[in-house]
Amino acid sequence: MATGITSRARWLGPALIGLVVVLAIASLAIGPARLPPWLAAKALVFDEGSASVIVREIRLPRTLLALLIGGTLGLSGAALQGLLRNPLADVTVFGAPQAAALGAVLTLYFGWAGALSLALPAAAILGALLSIALVVWVAGRDAGTVVLVLAGLAIGSLAGAATSLAISLSPNPFAVTEIVFWLLGSLEDRSMVHVALAAPFLIAAMAALLMVRTGLQALSLGEEAAESLGVDVQRVRLMTVGASAVGVGAAVAVAGAIGFIGLVAPHLVRPLVGHDPARALIPAGLAGAALLLAADCAVRLIPSAAEVKIGVLTALLGIPVFLWIIARRRAEIADAPA
Amino acid sequence: MTAALLEVSGLSVHLRAREVLSEIDLSFAQGEMTVVIGPNGAGKTTLMRALAGLVAPARGVVRLQGQNVRAMERMARGRALAYLPQNGSIAWPLPVRDVVALGRLPHGASPGSLDDRGREAVAAAIAAVGLRGLEDRPATQLSGGERARALLARALATEAPILIADEPVAALDPRHQLLILDVLRTRARDGLVVAVMHDLALAARFAHRMVLLHGHRVAAAGPPQEVLTAAHLAAAFGIEATVAYREGGLEVAIRRALQL
Ligand SMILES: Nc1ncnc2c1ncn2[C@@H]1O[C@H](COP(=O)(O)OP(=O)(O)OP(=O)(O)O)[C@@H](O)[C@H]1O
Ligand SMILES: [Mg+2]
Repeated sequence: MATGITSRARWLGPALIGLVVVLAIASLAIGPARLPPWLAAKALVFDEGSASVIVREIRLPRTLLALLIGGTLGLSGAALQGLLRNPLADVTVFGAPQAAALGAVLTLYFGWAGALSLALPAAAILGALLSIALVVWVAGRDAGTVVLVLAGLAIGSLAGAATSLAISLSPNPFAVTEIVFWLLGSLEDRSMVHVALAAPFLIAAMAALLMVRTGLQALSLGEEAAESLGVDVQRVRLMTVGASAVGVGAAVAVAGAIGFIGLVAPHLVRPLVGHDPARALIPAGLAGAALLLAADCAVRLIPSAAEVKIGVLTALLGIPVFLWIIARRRAEIADAPA
Repeated sequence: MTAALLEVSGLSVHLRAREVLSEIDLSFAQGEMTVVIGPNGAGKTTLMRALAGLVAPARGVVRLQGQNVRAMERMARGRALAYLPQNGSIAWPLPVRDVVALGRLPHGASPGSLDDRGREAVAAAIAAVGLRGLEDRPATQLSGGERARALLARALATEAPILIADEPVAALDPRHQLLILDVLRTRARDGLVVAVMHDLALAARFAHRMVLLHGHRVAAAGPPQEVLTAAHLAAAFGIEATVAYREGGLEVAIRRALQL
């Protein structure tokens, strides 16, 4: 019974891994000092003098962050969509990056912790957890699109406003550009310290999200059928919400709010895996990593005075996809019970 | 009478502080197909959910082979008992074959990783509900009745000895109602089937035993000829019906709604 889907799924994984590797090498090669890709790869492993310094100390951290953050965001989007049975579910749509940014800003600007302490991701994770848990709770059992989007919009706007307020009221003098950092996100000038700060959380989040695979699959049939198939739905819900919060919180703590990867990546891979929420997970993670790596290469290639913020680019890419999904589900959304 | 495979004793269920089932005592024996009938809101779905261990009783217990169904290990319960919800839905455009394969989850297999036994069970279930040829069709592109049959095939593919089906034939055309009820009756031979139905004439033809729920209680339980009496039907449903034996079978004809 080899179907078109299973044979397609067989090359999808290797193809996505290949794409991620190519983009990672490109990310090591692109910058003010442009290196040929083969030299960038070589300078990473062998000592090639100044090329090695540039690749290992300046470019490797942002490459690793793009890889890990993109992977986590892609995975968490796919998992939340499976949990809520809705292709529009995503941490961005839930206002989680803004809520995480609020947590980070409060910690940082009121002097509770330094920019490189563990308190920063902890506060960002807490902010993200509050927003995601609130949306999932408001959405209830059968999450209607309208409810999801409105609840997320409310939380995101509230957190954004509170962040601006916190910065205005902060005892320390801060520039408007700081707000822009938290609300738009960037991977510029990150070091290995940032990687070390976020990586454990990001990797743990990805591992936890992969553990709910079968639960998400069963949830295609609704909560009661999933329970009857031996799935602990409450555990799946807690793990998905918790791991997504840990992932987006850690990402925001080191890179600011980078949105829409979790919406776009699963959307791209889902048709290739027969729409199975479990088989979409790993491809969505890989696609997320590829998307963020590509976006991070693009911001370095776009000619501009200051580097374009990567969050701007992902929003420019993500919002049209968001609208596209809404347009395709228009009939169903209009029929949704009030 | 054979030993009860599934047994309900002193069961009361409250939903949002409202008593929905009250003092239910029932036992379901190996080899029987039981059809549960009752007016809308009588508590049939709630009883099915309780049998499947999906609601916490306020009082009483449901026992599966002597074990409290709520205390069973989840996967073991999933292998022992398959539950088909009323009005089930399918969230994603999964191919029909993958929807049915979800029934293998309690066996530790999933649509991507079926063993030979699982593949056979899935193919047999698809054939049993008459969906052969539609295996690759996305579930969101099925008609209402086709979707209902795909979901029933999912429950059949589990190959659990106990099958709890909430209105399995409500959306089906007459031919498929007959075919599916025949499948369920055959399935009951190796275990038991409890099915909710509204079609009294069909229920009379296929049930070994019937349960009439009314006013959150069991109003009658037993062989069809004891449950389907004109008096019971008038009291529970508010209908005038005639019940007669013809050609060895019980025939129910609904005449009119009574003015209450
Ligand atoms: N989640 C719930 N919370 C509160 N009350 C509920 C809930 N679900 C059902 N009820 C109530 O419990 C009673 C029994 O409902 P149930 O769904 O079991 O009826 P049913 O016999 O299956 O009806 P139908 O023939 O319409 O399917 C009804 O009065 C219903 O309003
Ligand atoms: Mg019902």
